[in-house]
Amino acid sequence: MHARADTAASWPEEIFSILQRFEVRQVPYVPDAGHSELIERVLGSSSMRGIALTTEEEGVALLAGAWAGGQRGVLLMQSSGVGNCINMLSLVQIFRLPFLTLVTMRGEWGEFNPWQVPMGSNTQGILELSGIKVLRASRPDEVREVVEAGAAQAYNACTPTAVLLSQRLIGAKVFTK
Amino acid sequence: MSKANLLDRRAVVSELLRDRKGAFAVGGLGASTYDIAAAGDHDRNFYLWGGMGGAVMIGLGLALAQPTLPVVVITGDGEMLMGIGSLATVALQQPKNLSIIVLDNEAYGETGGQASHTGGPADLVGVAKACGIGDSRSISTMAEVEAFASSLQDVAAGPRFASAKIDGANLERVLSSRDGTYIVNRIRGSVGHTPI
Repeated sequence: MHARADTAASWPEEIFSILQRFEVRQVPYVPDAGHSELIERVLGSSSMRGIALTTEEEGVALLAGAWAGGQRGVLLMQSSGVGNCINMLSLVQIFRLPFLTLVTMRGEWGEFNPWQVPMGSNTQGILELSGIKVLRASRPDEVREVVEAGAAQAYNACTPTAVLLSQRLIGAKVFTK
Repeated sequence: MSKANLLDRRAVVSELLRDRKGAFAVGGLGASTYDIAAAGDHDRNFYLWGGMGGAVMIGLGLALAQPTLPVVVITGDGEMLMGIGSLATVALQQPKNLSIIVLDNEAYGETGGQASHTGGPADLVGVAKACGIGDSRSISTMAEVEAFASSLQDVAAGPRFASAKIDGANLERVLSSRDGTYIVNRIRGSVGHTPI
Protein backbone atom coordinates (compact mmCIF):
# COMPACT_ATOMS: atom_id res chain seq x y z
CA MET A 1 0.00 0.00 0.00
CA HIS A 2 2.80 2.39 0.83
CA ALA A 3 4.54 1.78 -2.47
CA ARG A 4 1.33 2.50 -4.36
CA ALA A 5 0.82 5.77 -2.54
CA ASP A 6 4.38 6.80 -3.34
CA THR A 7 4.11 6.14 -7.06
CA ALA A 8 0.58 7.49 -7.60
CA ALA A 9 0.39 10.85 -9.35
CA SER A 10 -0.43 13.77 -7.08
CA TRP A 11 -3.87 15.29 -7.63
CA PRO A 12 -2.45 18.51 -9.18
CA GLU A 13 -0.55 16.30 -11.62
CA GLU A 14 -3.79 14.46 -12.42
CA ILE A 15 -5.51 17.79 -13.11
CA PHE A 16 -2.65 18.79 -15.40
CA SER A 17 -3.02 15.57 -17.41
CA ILE A 18 -6.75 16.15 -17.81
CA LEU A 19 -6.18 19.70 -19.05
CA GLN A 20 -3.64 18.37 -21.53
CA ARG A 21 -6.05 15.75 -22.76
CA PHE A 22 -8.76 18.38 -23.35
CA GLU A 23 -6.27 20.53 -25.30
CA VAL A 24 -6.46 23.46 -22.92
CA ARG A 25 -4.19 26.26 -24.18
CA GLN A 26 -4.72 29.34 -21.99
CA VAL A 27 -4.52 29.11 -18.21
CA PRO A 28 -5.19 32.47 -16.53
CA TYR A 29 -4.63 32.49 -12.79
CA VAL A 30 -4.33 34.52 -9.65
CA PRO A 31 -1.78 32.69 -7.51
CA ASP A 32 -3.02 30.55 -4.66
CA ALA A 33 -1.12 28.17 -2.43
CA GLY A 34 -3.53 25.34 -3.25
CA HIS A 35 -2.91 25.80 -6.97
CA SER A 36 0.86 26.30 -6.71
CA GLU A 37 1.90 22.86 -7.99
CA LEU A 38 -0.51 23.02 -10.94
CA ILE A 39 0.58 26.58 -11.81
CA GLU A 40 4.24 25.52 -11.84
CA ARG A 41 3.36 22.60 -14.09
CA VAL A 42 1.47 24.90 -16.49
CA LEU A 43 4.29 27.46 -16.59
CA GLY A 44 6.72 24.70 -17.50
CA SER A 45 4.47 23.30 -20.23
CA SER A 46 5.01 23.84 -23.95
CA SER A 47 1.35 23.42 -24.91
CA MET A 48 -0.25 25.64 -22.28
CA ARG A 49 0.29 29.29 -21.51
CA GLY A 50 0.00 30.38 -17.88
CA ILE A 51 -1.25 33.95 -17.71
CA ALA A 52 -0.88 35.80 -14.40
CA LEU A 53 -3.75 38.22 -13.74
CA THR A 54 -4.08 41.27 -11.54
CA THR A 55 -7.67 40.30 -10.67
CA GLU A 56 -9.76 37.24 -11.43
CA GLU A 57 -12.35 38.96 -13.62
CA GLU A 58 -9.61 39.52 -16.19
CA GLY A 59 -9.50 35.75 -16.61
CA VAL A 60 -13.19 35.49 -17.52
CA ALA A 61 -12.76 38.10 -20.26
CA LEU A 62 -9.52 36.47 -21.44
CA LEU A 63 -11.27 33.12 -21.87
CA ALA A 64 -14.00 34.77 -23.95
CA GLY A 65 -11.34 36.11 -26.31
CA ALA A 66 -9.53 32.79 -26.37
CA TRP A 67 -12.73 30.94 -27.30
CA ALA A 68 -13.51 33.44 -30.07
CA GLY A 69 -10.03 32.73 -31.40
CA GLY A 70 -10.50 28.96 -31.18
CA GLN A 71 -8.70 28.06 -27.95
CA ARG A 72 -9.89 26.47 -24.73
CA GLY A 73 -8.85 27.73 -21.33
CA VAL A 74 -9.35 27.23 -17.62
CA LEU A 75 -9.38 29.86 -14.87
CA LEU A 76 -7.50 29.00 -11.67
CA MET A 77 -8.44 31.01 -8.60
CA GLN A 78 -9.20 30.98 -4.90
CA SER A 79 -12.74 31.27 -3.51
CA SER A 80 -12.31 34.97 -2.72
CA GLY A 81 -11.62 35.56 -6.42
CA VAL A 82 -15.09 34.34 -7.37
CA GLY A 83 -16.47 37.51 -5.80
CA ASN A 84 -14.19 39.60 -8.01
CA CYS A 85 -15.67 37.97 -11.13
CA ILE A 86 -19.39 38.52 -10.66
CA ASN A 87 -20.25 41.05 -13.38
CA MET A 88 -17.76 39.58 -15.84
CA LEU A 89 -19.44 36.17 -15.45
CA SER A 90 -22.22 37.69 -17.59
CA LEU A 91 -19.96 36.92 -20.55
CA VAL A 92 -20.17 33.20 -19.80
CA GLN A 93 -23.94 33.20 -20.41
CA ILE A 94 -23.98 35.83 -23.15
CA PHE A 95 -21.35 34.06 -25.27
CA ARG A 96 -22.35 30.53 -24.18
CA LEU A 97 -18.74 29.87 -23.28
CA PRO A 98 -17.27 26.43 -22.58
CA PHE A 99 -16.21 27.89 -19.24
CA LEU A 100 -14.24 25.89 -16.68
CA THR A 101 -12.81 27.21 -13.44
CA LEU A 102 -11.00 25.34 -10.69
CA VAL A 103 -11.51 27.07 -7.35
CA THR A 104 -9.43 26.34 -4.27
CA MET A 105 -11.60 26.86 -1.21
CA ARG A 106 -10.83 28.99 1.83
CA GLY A 107 -13.09 29.90 4.72
CA GLU A 108 -14.18 26.34 5.58
CA TRP A 109 -12.83 23.16 7.22
CA GLY A 110 -10.60 24.36 10.04
CA GLU A 111 -10.11 27.92 8.76
CA PHE A 112 -7.93 30.15 10.97
CA ASN A 113 -8.63 33.50 9.27
CA PRO A 114 -12.20 34.80 9.81
CA TRP A 115 -11.83 37.21 6.87
CA GLN A 116 -11.95 34.23 4.49
CA VAL A 117 -15.25 32.92 5.83
CA PRO A 118 -17.86 35.30 4.34
CA MET A 119 -16.73 34.82 0.74
CA GLY A 120 -15.88 31.15 1.21
CA SER A 121 -19.40 30.55 2.54
CA ASN A 122 -20.97 32.26 -0.46
CA THR A 123 -18.75 30.92 -3.24
CA GLN A 124 -21.00 28.08 -4.36
CA GLY A 125 -24.17 30.20 -4.16
CA ILE A 126 -22.67 33.03 -6.21
CA LEU A 127 -21.46 30.65 -8.90
CA GLU A 128 -24.86 28.95 -9.11
CA LEU A 129 -26.71 32.28 -9.22
CA SER A 130 -24.38 33.20 -12.11
CA GLY A 131 -25.52 30.16 -14.09
CA ILE A 132 -22.50 27.99 -13.41
CA LYS A 133 -22.75 24.33 -12.40
CA VAL A 134 -20.76 23.48 -9.29
CA LEU A 135 -18.92 20.24 -8.59
CA ARG A 136 -16.73 19.60 -5.56
CA ALA A 137 -13.77 17.38 -4.72
CA SER A 138 -12.89 16.86 -1.07
CA ARG A 139 -10.55 13.84 -1.16
CA PRO A 140 -7.41 13.23 -3.24
CA ASP A 141 -8.86 10.04 -4.71
CA GLU A 142 -11.88 11.80 -6.19
CA VAL A 143 -10.11 14.77 -7.80
CA ARG A 144 -9.45 13.02 -11.08
CA GLU A 145 -13.00 11.91 -11.77
CA VAL A 146 -14.59 15.17 -10.63
CA VAL A 147 -12.28 17.39 -12.71
CA GLU A 148 -12.66 15.04 -15.67
CA ALA A 149 -16.45 15.28 -15.45
CA GLY A 150 -16.27 19.06 -15.09
CA ALA A 151 -13.97 19.46 -18.08
CA ALA A 152 -16.11 17.11 -20.18
CA GLN A 153 -19.37 18.96 -19.56
CA ALA A 154 -17.75 22.38 -19.90
CA TYR A 155 -15.92 21.68 -23.16
CA ASN A 156 -18.20 19.12 -24.80
CA ALA A 157 -21.58 20.53 -23.77
CA CYS A 158 -20.71 24.23 -23.34
CA THR A 159 -22.03 23.90 -19.80
CA PRO A 160 -20.18 26.41 -17.61
CA THR A 161 -18.70 24.55 -14.66
CA ALA A 162 -16.75 25.31 -11.50
CA VAL A 163 -14.92 22.59 -9.59
CA LEU A 164 -14.42 23.52 -5.95
CA LEU A 165 -11.31 21.98 -4.43
CA SER A 166 -12.17 21.75 -0.74
CA GLN A 167 -9.97 23.11 1.97
CA ARG A 168 -10.24 19.60 3.41
CA LEU A 169 -8.34 18.41 0.34
CA ILE A 170 -5.78 21.20 0.26
CA GLY A 171 -5.27 21.51 4.01
CA ALA A 172 -6.12 24.56 6.10
CA LYS A 173 -3.45 27.23 5.94
CA VAL A 174 -1.33 27.26 9.09
CA PHE A 175 -0.49 30.69 10.50
CA THR A 176 2.63 30.72 12.63
CA LYS A 177 4.63 33.62 14.01
CA MET B 1 -19.73 70.71 -26.53
CA SER B 2 -17.45 70.49 -29.56
CA LYS B 3 -13.89 71.74 -29.40
CA ALA B 4 -12.04 72.45 -32.65
CA ASN B 5 -8.72 70.82 -31.73
CA LEU B 6 -10.11 67.43 -30.75
CA LEU B 7 -10.45 64.45 -33.07
CA ASP B 8 -13.77 63.15 -34.34
CA ARG B 9 -14.26 59.65 -32.91
CA ARG B 10 -16.02 58.24 -35.97
CA ALA B 11 -13.28 59.55 -38.27
CA VAL B 12 -10.62 57.96 -36.02
CA VAL B 13 -12.28 54.54 -35.96
CA SER B 14 -13.13 54.65 -39.64
CA GLU B 15 -9.45 55.33 -40.42
CA LEU B 16 -8.27 52.57 -38.06
CA LEU B 17 -10.46 50.00 -39.83
CA ARG B 18 -10.40 51.36 -43.40
CA ASP B 19 -7.73 48.93 -44.61
CA ARG B 20 -8.02 46.40 -41.77
CA LYS B 21 -7.26 43.29 -43.86
CA GLY B 22 -7.74 40.31 -41.50
CA ALA B 23 -7.74 42.31 -38.27
CA PHE B 24 -10.08 41.62 -35.37
CA ALA B 25 -11.63 44.72 -33.77
CA VAL B 26 -12.82 44.58 -30.14
CA GLY B 27 -15.03 47.45 -29.00
CA GLY B 28 -15.60 48.39 -25.37
CA LEU B 29 -19.02 48.75 -23.77
CA GLY B 30 -20.53 52.04 -24.93
CA ALA B 31 -19.77 54.43 -27.72
CA SER B 32 -16.69 52.64 -29.07
CA THR B 33 -18.88 49.69 -30.05
CA TYR B 34 -21.18 52.10 -31.95
CA ASP B 35 -18.12 53.63 -33.64
CA ILE B 36 -16.97 50.21 -34.85
CA ALA B 37 -20.48 49.45 -36.11
CA ALA B 38 -20.55 52.84 -37.87
CA ALA B 39 -17.32 51.96 -39.67
CA GLY B 40 -19.13 48.93 -41.16
CA ASP B 41 -20.21 45.53 -39.90
CA HIS B 42 -17.58 42.79 -40.22
CA ASP B 43 -17.43 39.16 -39.18
CA ARG B 44 -14.34 39.92 -37.09
CA ASN B 45 -15.97 42.71 -35.08
CA PHE B 46 -16.22 41.83 -31.40
CA TYR B 47 -18.96 44.13 -30.10
CA LEU B 48 -19.36 44.47 -26.34
CA TRP B 49 -22.61 45.56 -24.70
CA GLY B 50 -21.47 44.71 -21.17
CA GLY B 51 -18.56 43.26 -19.23
CA MET B 52 -17.20 46.74 -18.57
CA GLY B 53 -13.43 46.64 -18.05
CA GLY B 54 -13.00 43.46 -20.09
CA ALA B 55 -12.21 44.75 -23.60
CA VAL B 56 -8.42 44.60 -23.33
CA MET B 57 -8.49 41.11 -21.81
CA ILE B 58 -10.79 39.84 -24.57
CA GLY B 59 -8.29 41.28 -27.02
CA LEU B 60 -5.45 39.52 -25.24
CA GLY B 61 -7.17 36.12 -25.29
CA LEU B 62 -7.92 36.54 -28.99
CA ALA B 63 -4.38 37.77 -29.77
CA LEU B 64 -2.79 34.79 -28.03
CA ALA B 65 -5.12 32.37 -29.84
CA GLN B 66 -4.49 33.93 -33.28
CA PRO B 67 -0.90 35.20 -33.14
CA THR B 68 -0.55 35.77 -36.90
CA LEU B 69 -3.53 38.14 -37.15
CA PRO B 70 -3.73 41.72 -35.87
CA VAL B 71 -6.09 42.42 -32.96
CA VAL B 72 -7.09 45.99 -32.16
CA VAL B 73 -9.00 46.93 -29.03
CA ILE B 74 -10.86 50.22 -29.44
CA THR B 75 -12.34 51.38 -26.16
CA GLY B 76 -13.20 54.42 -24.07
CA ASP B 77 -11.46 56.03 -21.12
CA GLY B 78 -14.05 54.89 -18.57
CA GLU B 79 -13.93 51.29 -19.78
CA MET B 80 -10.11 51.36 -19.79
CA LEU B 81 -9.98 52.76 -16.26
CA MET B 82 -12.21 49.95 -14.99
CA GLY B 83 -9.83 47.34 -16.44
CA ILE B 84 -6.62 49.28 -15.81
CA GLY B 85 -4.81 46.26 -14.35
CA SER B 86 -5.19 44.48 -17.68
CA LEU B 87 -2.46 46.76 -19.07
CA ALA B 88 -0.03 45.16 -16.62
CA THR B 89 -1.28 41.71 -17.67
CA VAL B 90 -0.79 42.54 -21.37
CA ALA B 91 2.70 43.90 -20.73
CA LEU B 92 3.68 40.69 -18.96
CA GLN B 93 2.53 38.59 -21.96
CA GLN B 94 3.90 40.92 -24.66
CA PRO B 95 1.49 39.79 -27.44
CA LYS B 96 3.15 41.08 -30.60
CA ASN B 97 -0.12 41.29 -32.54
CA LEU B 98 -2.17 43.31 -30.02
CA SER B 99 -2.87 47.03 -30.30
CA ILE B 100 -5.00 49.07 -27.91
CA ILE B 101 -6.42 52.52 -28.59
CA VAL B 102 -8.46 54.54 -26.13
CA LEU B 103 -10.91 57.12 -27.45
CA ASP B 104 -10.60 59.56 -24.58
CA ASN B 105 -13.39 62.11 -24.17
CA GLU B 106 -12.62 62.47 -20.44
CA ALA B 107 -16.20 61.53 -19.64
CA TYR B 108 -18.72 58.72 -19.17
CA GLY B 109 -20.67 59.59 -22.29
CA GLU B 110 -23.16 56.73 -22.06
CA THR B 111 -24.41 57.75 -18.60
CA GLY B 112 -24.77 61.48 -19.03
CA GLY B 113 -21.25 62.80 -19.52
CA GLN B 114 -19.95 62.69 -15.97
CA ALA B 115 -16.25 63.57 -15.73
CA SER B 116 -13.75 60.70 -15.77
CA HIS B 117 -10.32 60.59 -14.14
CA THR B 118 -8.56 61.34 -17.42
CA GLY B 119 -9.92 64.88 -17.34
CA GLY B 120 -8.06 65.15 -14.05
CA PRO B 121 -4.58 63.90 -13.27
CA ALA B 122 -4.84 60.34 -14.65
CA ASP B 123 -2.55 59.78 -17.65
CA LEU B 124 -3.38 56.54 -19.48
CA VAL B 125 -0.32 56.69 -21.74
CA GLY B 126 1.87 57.05 -18.65
CA VAL B 127 0.11 54.10 -17.01
CA ALA B 128 0.54 51.89 -20.08
CA LYS B 129 4.21 52.79 -20.35
CA ALA B 130 4.82 52.25 -16.64
CA CYS B 131 3.11 48.84 -16.85
CA GLY B 132 5.64 47.84 -19.51
CA ILE B 133 3.99 48.55 -22.85
CA GLY B 134 7.00 50.27 -24.40
CA ASP B 135 5.19 51.58 -27.49
CA SER B 136 2.66 53.85 -25.77
CA ARG B 137 1.76 57.19 -27.31
CA SER B 138 -0.67 60.08 -27.34
CA ILE B 139 -2.44 60.78 -30.59
CA SER B 140 -3.75 64.20 -31.49
CA THR B 141 -3.80 64.36 -35.29
CA MET B 142 -5.33 62.27 -38.07
CA ALA B 143 -1.84 61.73 -39.48
CA GLU B 144 -0.93 60.00 -36.22
CA VAL B 145 -4.12 57.92 -36.46
CA GLU B 146 -3.08 56.83 -39.95
CA ALA B 147 0.37 55.87 -38.69
CA PHE B 148 -1.19 53.85 -35.85
CA ALA B 149 -3.58 52.16 -38.31
CA SER B 150 -0.70 50.94 -40.46
CA SER B 151 1.44 49.93 -37.46
CA LEU B 152 -1.31 47.69 -36.07
CA GLN B 153 -0.89 45.49 -39.14
CA ASP B 154 2.62 44.64 -37.95
CA VAL B 155 2.09 41.50 -35.88
CA ALA B 156 5.75 41.28 -34.85
CA ALA B 157 6.21 44.60 -33.06
CA GLY B 158 3.40 44.91 -30.50
CA PRO B 159 1.96 45.30 -28.02
CA ARG B 160 1.21 48.96 -28.60
CA PHE B 161 -1.02 51.44 -26.83
CA ALA B 162 -2.40 54.81 -27.87
CA SER B 163 -4.75 57.36 -26.42
CA ALA B 164 -6.52 59.83 -28.68
CA LYS B 165 -8.28 62.83 -27.17
CA ILE B 166 -11.60 63.00 -28.97
CA ASP B 167 -14.49 65.41 -29.16
CA GLY B 168 -17.02 64.73 -26.42
CA ALA B 169 -20.09 65.28 -28.57
CA ASN B 170 -22.62 62.44 -28.28
CA LEU B 171 -23.21 61.11 -31.75
CA GLU B 172 -26.18 59.15 -33.02
CA ARG B 173 -25.88 55.54 -31.86
CA VAL B 174 -25.16 53.00 -34.56
CA LEU B 175 -26.41 49.76 -33.08
CA SER B 176 -24.53 46.55 -33.76
CA SER B 177 -25.87 43.09 -33.09
CA ARG B 178 -26.16 42.50 -29.34
CA ASP B 179 -26.50 38.72 -29.55
CA GLY B 180 -23.27 37.56 -27.94
CA THR B 181 -23.42 33.97 -29.17
CA TYR B 182 -23.91 35.17 -32.75
CA ILE B 183 -21.03 37.65 -32.44
CA VAL B 184 -18.60 35.08 -31.03
CA ASN B 185 -19.62 32.25 -33.33
CA ARG B 186 -19.29 34.54 -36.34
CA ILE B 187 -15.72 35.38 -35.28
CA ARG B 188 -14.98 31.69 -34.72
CA GLY B 189 -16.39 30.87 -38.12
CA SER B 190 -14.11 33.47 -39.72
CA VAL B 191 -11.07 31.53 -38.48
CA GLY B 192 -12.42 28.14 -39.51
CA HIS B 193 -14.13 26.85 -36.36
CA THR B 194 -17.50 25.19 -36.76
CA PRO B 195 -20.16 25.28 -34.01
CA ILE B 196 -19.96 22.52 -31.40
